[in-house]
Amino acid sequence: MTTPASIQDLLREENQKEALKDEAPLSFWQIALIRIRRDKLTMAAIIVIGIILAASLLSTPINNALGVDPFDTDLLAQFEPPSAKHLLGADDLGQDQFARLIYAGRISLAIGFFSAFFILTIGITLGMVAAYFGGFVDDIIMWLINTLNSIPQLYLLLILGALFEITPPLLVIIFGFTAWPFTTRLVRGQVFSLREREYVMASTALGASNMYTIMKHILPNVIPTVIIVAARAVGNLMLAEAILSFIGFGVRPPTPTWGNMLTKSQQYVFEPDKYYLILPAGIMITITVLCVFIIGDGLRDALDPKLK
Amino acid sequence: MSETTKKKKVLVEVKNLKKHFPIKSGLLQRTTGWVKAVDDISFHIYEGESLGLVGESGCGKTTAGRTILRLIEPTSGSVLFDGTDVATLPKNELKELRQEMQIIFQDPYSSLDPRMPIGESIAEGLRIHTNKTAEERYELVVQMLTRVGMRADHARRYPHEFSGGQRQRIGIARALAVNPKFIVCDEPVSALDVSIQASVLNLLEELQDEFGLTYLFIAHNLSVVEHFSDRVGVMYLGKMAEMATRGDLFQNPLHPYTQALMSAIPIPDPKQRKKRIILEGDVPSPINPPSGCRFHTRCPLAFARCKTEEPEFKDYGDDHYAACHLLDEGKSSKLPDLV
Repeated sequence: MTTPASIQDLLREENQKEALKDEAPLSFWQIALIRIRRDKLTMAAIIVIGIILAASLLSTPINNALGVDPFDTDLLAQFEPPSAKHLLGADDLGQDQFARLIYAGRISLAIGFFSAFFILTIGITLGMVAAYFGGFVDDIIMWLINTLNSIPQLYLLLILGALFEITPPLLVIIFGFTAWPFTTRLVRGQVFSLREREYVMASTALGASNMYTIMKHILPNVIPTVIIVAARAVGNLMLAEAILSFIGFGVRPPTPTWGNMLTKSQQYVFEPDKYYLILPAGIMITITVLCVFIIGDGLRDALDPKLK
Repeated sequence: MSETTKKKKVLVEVKNLKKHFPIKSGLLQRTTGWVKAVDDISFHIYEGESLGLVGESGCGKTTAGRTILRLIEPTSGSVLFDGTDVATLPKNELKELRQEMQIIFQDPYSSLDPRMPIGESIAEGLRIHTNKTAEERYELVVQMLTRVGMRADHARRYPHEFSGGQRQRIGIARALAVNPKFIVCDEPVSALDVSIQASVLNLLEELQDEFGLTYLFIAHNLSVVEHFSDRVGVMYLGKMAEMATRGDLFQNPLHPYTQALMSAIPIPDPKQRKKRIILEGDVPSPINPPSGCRFHTRCPLAFARCKTEEPEFKDYGDDHYAACHLLDEGKSSKLPDLV
């Protein structure tokens, strides 16, 4: 694995580039960017995710160009193996698997990323507020977390699934509002320890406001944890979506997601000739989750000034 | 200038300062006790001097230093800084006053933000208090860095690239950047190698002369304090035991505890046999400190009154304060040499 270059090297290089010109110091983010560009594994993961994202976002024009539609059924094409017309074959309803796969990517990725965004926004904000202000505020937030944690999530999802038809946006909201306590706890713990560091006290001694200290000293030091949590969250949420589909409470067909495609394919597990129905969705989930994890790791390393 | 005002101006006056930390336990997190970290201490610091504050670990030195700067809210008491009560000052005025009083920390590894180039750390005070542009700030940062013996190009490096001594210099530069009058030095050299301790102490001394700084120098190393301070205060279990000028305290320690401390200073001469006073037992817990004089459990000269009545911290002439019943009753407080 390639390691990020040391700041020294980067600065030296930058100095040579800028010759004798007295340039402003490189910012934190500039250094991180330079390091990521050098980290081949992370770059590879970013490129793969980029391709998957592009294919998913552009699924409609791509499918139009190929002359297929994710929702068209064609019983004559039932269980057709991969061919020029159906790149990844067709399923029991004769639906084009390639068209469904890239369209499903859009839904699955959206569920993963948007829910993670929700979770992180709520989780980080509440975690920092709870830890930084402590006392009464902390008590209330912890009470909320404990209450939420005491409701079994599966039952909550079953009830909601029975009451409403689960659509992707609803799923994002459900994930967003039920999964944040973990992040909150983690961030809270981190901030508790950071708050007692002497550099935070030094900042207070210099007259910094709470907001300033949080933004300048606490947040940047929480970011590495948050990045790992974010990467894991995106991966886990995509898996959670698959699991929900499996027990019948996920997004329902005909809307395809990688999760419900995988669920549908499990009935063919013992029919190796239908590999084209079994493998693609699983592979996509695996690759995407893996890439997100790798990017998370790479980002954390790039943002750590201590790693050489 | 008249003779009286010319004498010495008090810059910081601490009156009956207390800091008690609650101990919470049980399901409802009820307060079940108090750690009396700083329990009713009073003293003053003259402008331009450095006041040493010594004592064993856990005696409340650090808490005292931080409470004086109101980095920790005091439980009660007041701290007059140049006539302004820091302890009750509203937030916005406190922010202004923070430029005048700064702190240097003990641990050079946790006193700098690992994710911030040190130049930015040093510029932090300027950022908060002035409207200087980035270039102006950078110029001042370079000035500060060179003043504490570092190079200008260090500004953009991160803390982990420096040694402990260098980091301590950076910490000093950060405190100095806002041009303070008063600096609390919280064991600034305790974490450093002996060879580096001297250079950092010399730097602090130079800066004191150059900028007319007043120091509260917290330490547990008596040799360092002897070298550095004009006056010295001795703390024991959240209380002030004795305070006097350096010469007075080291030549003529009044409080038995101070005498025991003095006898523990190593002398760099292997031939000299030194008389040492060994104190029995450990420092009692500040949670339930002993009644009366807090030192009575370990004091070889303790008598009945010490167990019940708290001794008053008073002046026994020449600005030599002590808290001991023996002195109060006019008896000798000199400990017999035991070894």
